[in-house]
Amino acid sequence: MMSSSPINILITDEPLDVTNCSQWVMTPESGGIDVFIGTVRNATKGKTVLRLEFEAYQTMAIREIEKIAAAAFEQWPLQKVLIHHRTGVLQVGEIPVTIAVSAAHRDAAFTACRYIIDTLKQTVPIWKKEFFEDGEVWVAAHP
Amino acid sequence: MFLYLLSHYLKFFMTITVLAFGVAKDIFNAPSIQLELVNDATVMSLKYTLEQQYPRLKQLSSYLIAVNNEYALPEDYIHQRDEVAIIPPVSGG
Repeated sequence: MMSSSPINILITDEPLDVTNCSQWVMTPESGGIDVFIGTVRNATKGKTVLRLEFEAYQTMAIREIEKIAAAAFEQWPLQKVLIHHRTGVLQVGEIPVTIAVSAAHRDAAFTACRYIIDTLKQTVPIWKKEFFEDGEVWVAAHP
Repeated sequence: MFLYLLSHYLKFFMTITVLAFGVAKDIFNAPSIQLELVNDATVMSLKYTLEQQYPRLKQLSSYLIAVNNEYALPEDYIHQRDEVAIIPPVSGG
């Protein structure tokens, strides 16, 4: 990713650095920065979750995330957009996804940030497996 | 008979690799499989062939096929050397 680009996309098996993410979207023209941090929760539907594993179809996931970032720039007056997603095994409290959006005014930053995480969950080929005390399951795979 | 065999032969078969992720990798018991298809196979016929060989695919809530890193429509054609992947319901974020 060239530093001059207003879009920063990464899929990595290394821990995400939230501070660097929010700093990256800062520009002198920005009046607000929205950061969404997804974290691993210790339970799903009342059942204890020990850890999660994320798997990505790397090349396609990058392309789908690029489409989401481009669509956000088309819809709202944004300064910069950063979308980082983690793969591999994550423990409770760790961060699978970080989204940072800067804009001159907060409305655009709030709305775009929400649009990006909601769309990412619907279209980007990344899968999550939940590990319980008595087994493991791919989320949303079965009715 | 000869003409039938000839046309069958001329139609050619292609072997494609289908990448699998998430629950599909568990169903295939492998990160990818080889599949023999006729040359003008569509995404729909690919899904039919897959479900014949791996009936557990039919138990998924849904799944899509990606061709060359793009979601494909049922009527889209699959060509030799296309990168084909099975996309179970996504759950990132």
